[in-house]
Amino acid sequence: MVPVAVYKSLGLDRIFHKVTTGERLDLEDGLRLFRCEDLVAVGALAHQVRLRRHGRTTFYVVNQHINYSNVCVNGCLFCAFRRRKGEPGSFELSVSDVVAKVRERLQDPITEIHMVGGCHPELRLETFEAMLRAIRHVRPRVHIKAFTAVEIAHFARLEGLSTREVLLRLQAAGLEMLPGGGAEVFSPRVRGLLCPNKLDGDGWLRVMREAHHLGIKSNATMLFGHKETLEERLEHLDALRRLQDETEGFVCFIPLPFQPRNTEVEGARGPSGVDILKTIAVSRLMLDNIAHIKAYWVMLGVKLAQVALHFGADDLDGTVVEEKIGHMAGADSDDFLTREALENLIREAGFDPVERNCFFEAAKASAHTG
Amino acid sequence: MGWGHTMGEGQEILFDEILQEGRRLSRDEARRIYREADFHWLGYAAHTIRRRMHPENVVTYVVDRNINYSNICVCGCRFCAFFRPPGHPEGYVLEKSVLARKIEETLALGGTQILLQGGHHPDLPLSFYEDMLRFIKDRYPVHIHAFSPPEIVFFARREGLDTASVIARLKQAGLDSIPGGGAEILVDAVRRRVSPNKCSAGEWLGVMEEAHRQGLRTTATMMFGHEESLEDRLAHLFAIRDLQDRTGGFTAFIPWTFQPGHTAIERRPETAVSYLRLLAVSRLVLDNFDNIQASWVTMGPKVAQTALFFGANDFGSTMIEENVVAAAGVHFRLSLEEIRRIIEDAGFVPKQRTMAYEWIDGS
Repeated sequence: MVPVAVYKSLGLDRIFHKVTTGERLDLEDGLRLFRCEDLVAVGALAHQVRLRRHGRTTFYVVNQHINYSNVCVNGCLFCAFRRRKGEPGSFELSVSDVVAKVRERLQDPITEIHMVGGCHPELRLETFEAMLRAIRHVRPRVHIKAFTAVEIAHFARLEGLSTREVLLRLQAAGLEMLPGGGAEVFSPRVRGLLCPNKLDGDGWLRVMREAHHLGIKSNATMLFGHKETLEERLEHLDALRRLQDETEGFVCFIPLPFQPRNTEVEGARGPSGVDILKTIAVSRLMLDNIAHIKAYWVMLGVKLAQVALHFGADDLDGTVVEEKIGHMAGADSDDFLTREALENLIREAGFDPVERNCFFEAAKASAHTG
Repeated sequence: MGWGHTMGEGQEILFDEILQEGRRLSRDEARRIYREADFHWLGYAAHTIRRRMHPENVVTYVVDRNINYSNICVCGCRFCAFFRPPGHPEGYVLEKSVLARKIEETLALGGTQILLQGGHHPDLPLSFYEDMLRFIKDRYPVHIHAFSPPEIVFFARREGLDTASVIARLKQAGLDSIPGGGAEILVDAVRRRVSPNKCSAGEWLGVMEEAHRQGLRTTATMMFGHEESLEDRLAHLFAIRDLQDRTGGFTAFIPWTFQPGHTAIERRPETAVSYLRLLAVSRLVLDNFDNIQASWVTMGPKVAQTALFFGANDFGSTMIEENVVAAAGVHFRLSLEEIRRIIEDAGFVPKQRTMAYEWIDGS
């Protein structure tokens, strides 16, 4: 830990007091933390919260990523993954393609399948229901986390259904959890610049509220380091915190550093290492009602993700295979880490590795057999 | 119960003495801190010392190029992916014209120095190196930072001279300073395992002592994360601290992690957290070294930037060219502009420096 006197000298003694007594930080506090020149002091404060919540446990998951299609009508400027229908490099998987991918890895002890795609102009809800049922059939015990709030709203529009009806149908077909993607930064100003065709922030939060009310847990993300201000990051965190007060449906928050390569965001270079660590720390400190903060190694790089475990993060995500979205934007991490490599990173940082499932329950051996 | 976990009374006293009054750490205290202090305390303590030594909030860098005049080497160190044995089809010795072009490119990019190193070439006489230095000095206004201690020991052995004479002749021919490479871990038991044909720890230190005596400044490095113990790392730090007490000739300490790709040592690379811990401990132990350098070449830009809060006050070189780490399969690349931005984004003022760590005006 950093001596208490340091916080006084940084003018953070009030914040230090709030954190140690569990009092909620306001947006002004968040701004002071972001602007604090002492990176380690901010990290140590977040670490204190992390130790209180999770001790020295650091989680990881053995999972499989499936992207069913990169065809997307949204055209978000920060995305290097999207293609128009029929454009070279575009792809879409059929139900049997998805099944084949699941079968390919039946021998691996996977507990979670993470499946997302673009907002495809033609794929129908019944196809997605069929995909979920097929996965469930081939691998009955695996947890299925699929479709961002943005995709859910897109399906609803295509089908002329409400988002709640879409969620109900997907839930009936086997959907257990929503990933946190598509949140980007909620600020209408930033969305107007970068992703004007995407579901807006209120819509994203509304879908999540509906999902949580139906008993579908979810994650939440924030894509940062492009055109947003620090205030807009904090408003994003605050919006998540308010919804969480209401629903308690968010399991994990995932700050995603923007990867600038192969995108169309002019002048943006992505956040620096220090900015990433500070954002993780501030997220841990602001989000007093979300249990877990993820250092997603695919986006951070393995080295910085490990350091982030000392800045408020308690999860490294998983042994991702076939990650496409981050890598197409120039993320230079490997495609996967073995369980051994993940556990080693965690141990060498001074923590105890625990394998989890998508709900952050310690994985049981039996789950591996499905 | 660990250091910094509780900040008990005894620790508070030690903490005040070391951080406020600058009292030097004993080997036992250093060991305790390295083993037990928590990560944030280490960063905090190292950064406190770094700010006391460099209150001006500057992070320096040098614009230079690593030129490897040859990769032919009879040393055969197990950690090295760069060398080729004599007779190997990929072995080379740079032509003077190539050397000249590389230096001209460096100067055109605002460079002030070249780092010139090679292997232990069995056939090249000392006059070859003297000639190379004179060739450069006659033509270009460039600082020559060249020949690590193992090369100098090798030249001496080959010529039947003592190292003092070799250093004097190279200095006479234009050598300006000596890089701290080849230190690896300055413990002979480790060196016998990983680099059995390379100069001993005593010889490495002897070359540096002699160079300092002759007025040449040098750096000191440490390559860790291969087959050494924590105790070996501490022995290394204390060996260079002792020498620095006698000579004051070291400008900087540069630790980096062993990169196992394409080498004869199989192990996982040292992790980022472990790197930052060692960096912080070295800032605390080496109270007579002005500068500690972050290694973006091995750690990447993001962790190297973080290292500026764990004791480092220098971002190293722009490395217009780098071959040795690249040979182990690690390819980070940064432009001058990117290096300046990384320093600024961390809240510091970037300043170009010389090998002697003097700021260059207008940078």
